[in-house]
Amino acid sequence: MELKDKLVSSFLAFEEDFGNDNDVHEIRSQAIKDFETMGFPSRKQEDWKYTSLNSVLKHDYSVFPKKEEAIEYKDIKKYLIHDIDTYDLVFIDGIFSSHLSQTTHDKIDVCLMSSALNNPKYKPVIDNYFNKITPKTGLNSLNTAFAKEGAYIHIHKNKMADKPIQIINFSTGNESALLVQPRNLVVVDENSHVQIIERHQSLTDHPVLTNSVTEIFADKRAIVDYYKVQNDKSSASLIDNTFVEQRSESHVSVHTFSFGGKLTRNNLNFYQRGEHIDSTMKGITLIEGKQHVDHNTLVHHIEPNCESHQDYKGIFADQSVGVFNGKVVVEKEAQKTNAYQSNNNILIDDKATINSKPQLEIFADDVKCSHGCTIGQLDEDALFYLRSRGIPKKEARGLLMYAFANNVLESVKIPEIKKRINKLIALKLGVELGFNL
Amino acid sequence: MLKIKNLHASIDDKEILKGINLEINPGEVHAIMGPNGSGKSTLSSVIAGKDEFEVTEGEILFEDKDLSELDPEERAHIGIFLSFQYPTEIPGVSVTNFMRTSINAHRKAQGLEDMPGNEMLKLIREKSEMLEIDRKFLSRSLNEGFSGGEKKRNEIFQMAMLNPKLSILDETDSGLDIDALKIVADGVNKLRNENNAVLVITHYQRLLNYIVPDVVHVLIDGRIVKTGGKELAFELEEKGYDWVKPEKAV
Repeated sequence: MELKDKLVSSFLAFEEDFGNDNDVHEIRSQAIKDFETMGFPSRKQEDWKYTSLNSVLKHDYSVFPKKEEAIEYKDIKKYLIHDIDTYDLVFIDGIFSSHLSQTTHDKIDVCLMSSALNNPKYKPVIDNYFNKITPKTGLNSLNTAFAKEGAYIHIHKNKMADKPIQIINFSTGNESALLVQPRNLVVVDENSHVQIIERHQSLTDHPVLTNSVTEIFADKRAIVDYYKVQNDKSSASLIDNTFVEQRSESHVSVHTFSFGGKLTRNNLNFYQRGEHIDSTMKGITLIEGKQHVDHNTLVHHIEPNCESHQDYKGIFADQSVGVFNGKVVVEKEAQKTNAYQSNNNILIDDKATINSKPQLEIFADDVKCSHGCTIGQLDEDALFYLRSRGIPKKEARGLLMYAFANNVLESVKIPEIKKRINKLIALKLGVELGFNL
Repeated sequence: MLKIKNLHASIDDKEILKGINLEINPGEVHAIMGPNGSGKSTLSSVIAGKDEFEVTEGEILFEDKDLSELDPEERAHIGIFLSFQYPTEIPGVSVTNFMRTSINAHRKAQGLEDMPGNEMLKLIREKSEMLEIDRKFLSRSLNEGFSGGEKKRNEIFQMAMLNPKLSILDETDSGLDIDALKIVADGVNKLRNENNAVLVITHYQRLLNYIVPDVVHVLIDGRIVKTGGKELAFELEEKGYDWVKPEKAV
């Protein structure tokens, strides 16, 4: 059976299992119909021109993992940011693991989507925010139809989350091939602040496909910093759909570090509903072999006096493929917009590919919009300079690539993340940089 | 220490060096002077191992070792240092981290452990003070946004840190005002001893007032056309390069 048919026919059983008396039943029912109509995206669609899901969709994925696999903290410690105190939401094969997690309801809610969907206490928030900004696409609808588990994070008015929140999704290979669809909701009220780290990690070499949807709402003057660490095994694929709506004077940043996985697609949309909003999207892609990473971003400038900053750097080795499709829309009302976009790439090998496509649609006349895209090799003069100082070729190349990617990290606000990513970059480049990162 | 025999080198099949002979002994300072386009910078790049240039004939021996098989980093490891005419800007790598990587790469090549952090800091402090380099400067990205003078001073700082046997100073005086020139020359002179040597490549005689050469060579059109003592530099300054050109035909 085709994956699509299998999913559609599984829906009733899923609904029965989860309970069809809750509020999102109607949303789900509509979503499965939408998925049935739209299906998975194909390369005929402009947005998917350079990324084919065919090789990913061919597996016979198990849709309902049976049980929680027993995992010890010591086995997964290295995938967590463990040197600082955090709230942790750990999911194993899509199922919440309470003994590995640390949730809270003390002034802030950091808990499970499944309980938020079923508990009347959260109904107002779910009614207001659940599935409100997610565009209707096949993949998003598929996620919505099976939306059950994920992170529910609500930072109440005037609250600072006292520590960063980690959302970690592990897959164990308990099923021969697994499809997981986390659904996260992050609501940050006025004057509140939160930092979130998200990671997907398989622990074996079984095929895994993750189709996740995250909705983020930042109310007035809220600050949200979101870090995505994508360093999965080469059997794991990820379609990350993240949608952000911002109100006046809020600041939201999303950093995406794509270092691994078979196929990674990041759909990241920002909608600015208010003035003096700041939206930041940054990414480092560092891949090899036949890996494929596709960044598809959208910033929708709807109101005046807002800013957006996009800075994506990519280093592609072997036959790896990168895609950057960055769209900036500035509406007629959005005067005094300041939109900046930059995408710089280094192709290390002849067979590596990057498809970079900036798209600007500007309907206002008093705006500052800049974009730049570069594709190049390493600077030979710089390489000779370093080598003439005794630094061997391999290390010199590593140092230059490190330097190329490194400035993206300047805006990372959690030092432990910065340190961790720095180390990962050094490791990926196969060089000891000779200094403490 | 350095023996260059009948060196021919080309870039893109265009011959730049057309038979250079040069011998530098420990403790000596040699100057190579010549007009623009005579091949001065090519010579320094070829000694340092830039692979853009192809050596078509002749050889370069350093302490009796043939350099032709050595990569630029290996040449650095055995004690050759080139102070660049145009040092490359490398954003994202601080001067300190760069220096630490460089020093430890040299030590590794000699089979030594990394230099301990405190020893490294002490060395950096000592050498930066010698060249009157501000501490803040050391945490900046390598050469990025440096003025011409700062770049050159940074080159000599690296030379001081690495303590090479042979230092090639390629147009180190260009972009330096007279105060900076004195500091840089002072630094070079302090590093001189009977075991190391300096090759100064320059267009003008000015730097040679401060770094006094034992031997002066005149390079024109890829050949050394005249060799003499330090007084030759003054003569050239006074009479220009046209004065030596006739000898080319001899």
